[in-house]
Amino acid sequence: MINLSILLIIPLVTAVLVMLCRNAAQVRMTALLGSVVQLGYSSLIMFDYMSQRAAGNKSPMLYEAKVSWFSNLNIEYYVGVDGISVAMIMLTAVVVMTGILISWSVEKMTKEFFFLIVLLSFGAYGFFISLDLFTMFFFLEVAVIPKFLLIGIWGSGKKEYSAMKLALMLMGGSALVLIGLLCLYFNTDAGNGMHTFDLMKISHMHISIEAQRFIFPLMFVGFGVFTAIFPFHTWAPDGHSSAPTAASMFLAGISMKLGGYGCLRVAAFLMPEAAHEYSWIIILVSTIAIIYGAFATLMQTDLKYINAYSSVSHCGFVIFGIGMLTKTAITGAVMQMVSHGLMTALFFAAIGMIYERTHTRQVAQLGGLLKTIPFIITVFVIAGLCSLGLPGLSGFAAEMTVFMGSWQNPDTFYRVSTVLACASIVVTAVYILRAVGSTGMGPIKNADYLTFKDARWNEKLASVTLILCILAIGMAPFWLTNLISPDTQIIMDNISRSVVGR
Amino acid sequence: MGIEYLQIMKSEMILTGIIFFLLFLKVWDGIKSNNSLLHITNVLLFLNVVAGLFFNTNGELFSGMFHTNNTLVLEKTILNVGTFLISMMAFDWLKDHKHLLEFYILLLCTLLGMDFMISSGNLLMFYLGLELSSIPLAALCNYDLHSIKSSESAVKMILSSAFASCILLFGISMLYGTTGTLNFVEMAPLLGHGNLQTLAFIFVFAGFAFKLSSVPFHLWTADVYEGAPVPVTAYLSVISKASIVFIFITALFQLFQNYGPMWYHMLYLSILLTITVGNLFAIRQDNIKRFLAFSSIAQVGYILLGISSGTIMGVSSALFFLMVYTFSNLGAFGVISLVAAKTGKDKISDFKGFYTHNKFASWVMAICLFSLAGIPPTAGFFAKMFLVTAGAAKGNYWLISIAVMNMVISLFYYLKVVKAIFIDENERPIEKLHGSLSLKIALTICIFGAITMGFASGLFEYINTITGK
Repeated sequence: MINLSILLIIPLVTAVLVMLCRNAAQVRMTALLGSVVQLGYSSLIMFDYMSQRAAGNKSPMLYEAKVSWFSNLNIEYYVGVDGISVAMIMLTAVVVMTGILISWSVEKMTKEFFFLIVLLSFGAYGFFISLDLFTMFFFLEVAVIPKFLLIGIWGSGKKEYSAMKLALMLMGGSALVLIGLLCLYFNTDAGNGMHTFDLMKISHMHISIEAQRFIFPLMFVGFGVFTAIFPFHTWAPDGHSSAPTAASMFLAGISMKLGGYGCLRVAAFLMPEAAHEYSWIIILVSTIAIIYGAFATLMQTDLKYINAYSSVSHCGFVIFGIGMLTKTAITGAVMQMVSHGLMTALFFAAIGMIYERTHTRQVAQLGGLLKTIPFIITVFVIAGLCSLGLPGLSGFAAEMTVFMGSWQNPDTFYRVSTVLACASIVVTAVYILRAVGSTGMGPIKNADYLTFKDARWNEKLASVTLILCILAIGMAPFWLTNLISPDTQIIMDNISRSVVGR
Repeated sequence: MGIEYLQIMKSEMILTGIIFFLLFLKVWDGIKSNNSLLHITNVLLFLNVVAGLFFNTNGELFSGMFHTNNTLVLEKTILNVGTFLISMMAFDWLKDHKHLLEFYILLLCTLLGMDFMISSGNLLMFYLGLELSSIPLAALCNYDLHSIKSSESAVKMILSSAFASCILLFGISMLYGTTGTLNFVEMAPLLGHGNLQTLAFIFVFAGFAFKLSSVPFHLWTADVYEGAPVPVTAYLSVISKASIVFIFITALFQLFQNYGPMWYHMLYLSILLTITVGNLFAIRQDNIKRFLAFSSIAQVGYILLGISSGTIMGVSSALFFLMVYTFSNLGAFGVISLVAAKTGKDKISDFKGFYTHNKFASWVMAICLFSLAGIPPTAGFFAKMFLVTAGAAKGNYWLISIAVMNMVISLFYYLKVVKAIFIDENERPIEKLHGSLSLKIALTICIFGAITMGFASGLFEYINTITGK
């Protein structure tokens, strides 16, 4: 029998154990062990979930558990998962484990570093399994402050500025979510003059269209800040580039997905009428993000900035897919979340490995590394190819689904946006191939580069894990689609019912 | 005097007993060592906290002048716990002080005054308690005997509190003049008629605002806090403030219930100004005591936000917030008092690189500041959420938006301190500080309270039940 709370207990126990460890080696082993156990349990959940669905279990949420928490406000600890959350949980588990592997050589304050990483993952798991909006918000905020400390203490470059900017912008986003949340709460009716935060109950209620018009933008923009929605994306490049490798992986791989998941699960799912009304704005903004992100990447010379800006562009696809409000597009958006999470984690891991050896991330100073550190550069190339959407890798499957779904929307405006968004892939190819080419190929620019040692076991293990996941999704996307599409169907039912009912 | 006097005035009686016992110790002069005296006092204060939890009787005395019920017992417990923690934290500072027993006698007198004040059912009793709780405070502010700033702080304290009392008393006299009674229960239905009573209400409100240091009556706060010794500052910003909030709630909900719509609008304006001004000024501070002074002004704004809803939910979340605030703010003050007692430093920039040698104290500080900022998983998050939720029940989303956005601003300055402690480099960071055992115990209690209290939903539900009665 699956109990979702175990997903929260494992990181908590790991965090406590990490604090009790005596030396850095113990800390690393404990953290890794915790994340492996977590990955194992997540996989168990995924397989059990799939077999239950295959056996014909049609309930919208599985493994539900509900405990009354603050009864006078009707706040509950209420957890449950559907296919989308399961996909997100798997993503989190994989990224956290690889992140811990990559940070094997962190020497400065090792204990605190791994403690914060584990705390971050605690917030992410909690967010993805929560079905009570209050608990969800709680976990959303849990995942902010550790990032501030991770970037501030272990970061590089203008780390104080980036850390502060990230913390304040994300908190600003969650403040918007909070206002929306309270407004939504007081617009629900749970009988006896009580209100509710229960996501499933609210989805069956009819929130008046006036209230939706007010709440939806707050929620969508609030969560959107987390996923670097244009024009609130500015924290992302600075934050990613200043963060230590594991934190970058986490930020881009998971943290940005919190936003996308929130936009879908809370904003679009609970307020479908408003989603329809505002759909054109969402598409406009996300198209700008996609194109702007792609062109901004062209101008970057720092490897981390390149990936950070391309993340803005790629996360634009998530918002784009959600904004299209067709089943295929939303499925594609979720796939893009998973795919981008894995791919960008791999990308940052590769950049981290390169930086650790060369101590520079400037493309101009790198060159010919394929000859000295072939494994790392191969990983880098694979990540790049996935990012530009090479068929056979996950990026292609996800983006293709988004585009197919978008084209189903017959309106001219949406068609034009789809074409523009498609066109951005060409730009992506330019910057990816350029970065990969000038880093790996050409003459060796610095004699020191000859002395480099290739990836160590931990780095190899992390890279291989991520690459396998990317390949699995790329080769057999139906596998992921089958997992999530029954649940996107439920979301779509809610959305289309509201339109018919109007 | 019957047994019921002892029962109903139990906490006051115990406090008076302790005060007399300390006086006796002073006169007897048998124990010379400061350390033993401090330990004895701390044990007594601990027993006081424990005794406050049991055998409580509800009832009223002196024809309604003094009353007690479960809510008041809870409020007194908050004050007792806070005083106990402050006393534990003051150990390092007081162990070399010449006038140690006088400090405690004065301190406990103010606590006694607060107990009487919040238990009062009569304006006269209320005023007596208020004066008893504020005049000795001025003496306490001056307890750094060689510091000019400390004297300045004391003078400012006495002048501003005298002024506030004047205003309050003026309002009270008008109320008495128009109604002919001083009893809360008798007076409440007679209010709401005529301009003179409205004026009186405004005066009383202003008097309270002065004591609460809500904007625009906040100007005395920062100077007084800066000059006073750290434990006294902690006392002022936590215990003294909490007691005023308690009686303020009683006054608004019981005495001035006829003025409901009016005090809502007054509070609205006051909240807006208090939160915003408090936050904006806090950003600019470099002295950590001034910084906490302004941040505590902003916190009062959030408490008022809860109260402004005029519901049971609002009151109980304000009480809950004050509980959490006691632990979180005292934790922060505990670390500051340790640093001040050992090194005399009190600038935020002095805290740069503090983490290098003082790991435990740094974590206490960080967690307490996060709790003040309302970051989960600390209890401050829950407390602020409840206040904001209670406030939002009125449907005034502009006010809520401003309050919530101010939480982001406040996060900025709290993070600035956290950044100084954890991130900033310093060539000569503060050395390893060895605090006394009692300080460590107090910090542990604070950090425990600041983390776990939010998850203990039973506590909040309990508060909600008892305030509902």
